[in-house]
Amino acid sequence: MALLTFREALGQAMDEEMARDPNVFLMGEEVAQYDGAYKVSKGLLQKYGPKRVIDSPISEGGFAGLGIGAAMVGLRPIIEMMTWNFGIQGLDQIINHAAKMHYMSGGQFTVPIVFRGPNGAAHMLGAQHSQNLDPILTHIPGLKVISVATPADGKGLLKAAIRDPNPVIFLESEMMYGMKGEVPDDADFILPIGVGERKRTGHNVTIISWGKILHKAMEACAVLAKEGIEVDLIDPRTLVPLDEALIFESVRKTHRVVIVEENWPFSSVGSHISDRIQSECFDDLDAPVARVSQEPVPVPYAEHLEERALPSVERMVEAVKRVCYRAV
Amino acid sequence: MKKKEIHSPDQLVSFYQEMLTYRRFEERVNLAYTQQKFSGFCHLHIGQEAVCVGVQAALQPDDYVIAGYRSHTLAIAKGIPAREVFAELFGKVTGCSRGKGGSMHMFSKQHRFLGGHGIVGGQAPLAVGVGFAIQYRAEKNIIVCYLGDAAMNQGQVFEAMNMAATWKLPVLFLIENNRYGMGTDIRRTTSVDRLSKRALAFDMAHSEVDGMNVLTLHTHVRDIVADMRKNPAPYLLEVMTYRYRGHSVSDPGAYRTKEEVQDFQKKDPILQLASVLREKKLAGDKELTEWDEIIKAEVKEAERFADESPAPELAELWQHVLVES
Repeated sequence: MALLTFREALGQAMDEEMARDPNVFLMGEEVAQYDGAYKVSKGLLQKYGPKRVIDSPISEGGFAGLGIGAAMVGLRPIIEMMTWNFGIQGLDQIINHAAKMHYMSGGQFTVPIVFRGPNGAAHMLGAQHSQNLDPILTHIPGLKVISVATPADGKGLLKAAIRDPNPVIFLESEMMYGMKGEVPDDADFILPIGVGERKRTGHNVTIISWGKILHKAMEACAVLAKEGIEVDLIDPRTLVPLDEALIFESVRKTHRVVIVEENWPFSSVGSHISDRIQSECFDDLDAPVARVSQEPVPVPYAEHLEERALPSVERMVEAVKRVCYRAV
Repeated sequence: MKKKEIHSPDQLVSFYQEMLTYRRFEERVNLAYTQQKFSGFCHLHIGQEAVCVGVQAALQPDDYVIAGYRSHTLAIAKGIPAREVFAELFGKVTGCSRGKGGSMHMFSKQHRFLGGHGIVGGQAPLAVGVGFAIQYRAEKNIIVCYLGDAAMNQGQVFEAMNMAATWKLPVLFLIENNRYGMGTDIRRTTSVDRLSKRALAFDMAHSEVDGMNVLTLHTHVRDIVADMRKNPAPYLLEVMTYRYRGHSVSDPGAYRTKEEVQDFQKKDPILQLASVLREKKLAGDKELTEWDEIIKAEVKEAERFADESPAPELAELWQHVLVES
């Protein structure tokens, strides 16, 4: 094991997969000479050269499509979106081409590609740089969607994503790149796509959360523990395919659920998980499924407004107490 | 000194028969559509047959082709059997996309035909990706990216051409300029009088060619392709052509005059080549009629195959969403 930052873990994952497979290349804005806008690709240009680590023009639709075309004929591109807010420019290619090529061609063409980059609000970046695309991306059949919260999960699942024969969306966060965690050194350390993890064990209530906001959910767990409420914290890690078995198992144990997501509430990932729980675990529930989401507004700039727009520890604690029928 | 003949008699005959095949194919498709044998959108290539015949003859079999939504005949020209294209139109499992693509989404990995795409201009970045892969693996192939005239106003096409030009990727961007983006005269929506001029923005080689004369077109494309293989770089070719039918089979074409259509029909690519064949005594009425009968029978046979083929099993609905590992 090594203590790595999230960015180092992701960089290591790409490095190992590029060493393993000459068809893997990295393209995106500032990924080469600048070492990555957030330094995730640091050192890769030096090691693999400009043929395999390529600075793109600012043309997200164009280079997303370039990656898809290259993948159709056998390469394995990693396409970095400097932020998924810019990735919106590439959604036409991702949704209309990557997600549908295998299906439309009757199974002939595959698109083994990873689109990765930071997702969701960081800190005071304003409305156009603070969006979370989980709901849009998970809505589209034909894509796998991964959203990780720890360096180890980042490394293991990014490596899995690069080896996967499908288009995989890999969601990161600017705020997590500096976070540290223990990461296995093994060059074949791979985590399976579609398998969640229990980040904390408890029996009173289940919190389901993923990505950056999971760290706030962990804080909420600590607060609640002091008040005698033990949380079973479930991190799906992969949103598509979703580890429903793990979620249902936890719900059947605790009978109470709070979904914490950094999504707008309407048609969100949380609303889908909530639906699955009420369909499959109706008789196990002792309270309605609760959700803590972002406020349905463009994310504001002013610090206190932004903070109020995003899910807070206080609101998580409140929601947990509500489903536990405790005074808030 | 006698000018050297560029095209052999066999080639002339073969070009003629191919163009006639595509004409008869699309006519038969149109008939089947009006008989309600299939539904959905259906864009015919009638009038534009010279383009894919001239282009394909300039390519090697292992070169790549990608196209927009008007691509039945492009798919056949790339090697997909006509009956598999017909079966695809009928949504049959024997179709080249197992009945899951349809008129706009013909595919063949084996023949390196990378689709049939329905988002105008969306195929341009994909083509650049294939060009990138060719360069990455140091191959000698090229990719032809068919685009309609109206696709030249899509932002992604500019992005794609910029990347191709910057990195010297072997992509032949080929505009089939049939003058209309659906019902809109391209001149009403475009600032330049010649779409090939767009290449100037990327310092990209470019030219225009008559798309109604298959021989002119073929020699022109052949020279471009030869040069691209020697010195890999993208190229923007504007092919001046015309579709006789509407944008799709349901479009009566009220936005243009009968006279305009008739003017182009006078320059019909099949009639033009028939005159050449007659002049060179390679064919007369008898041969032309015989060939037509044979081709009509072949197309009918392709339709019969489609008619008699099974539909995909219901299980296909859920297959191929993701690659099953």
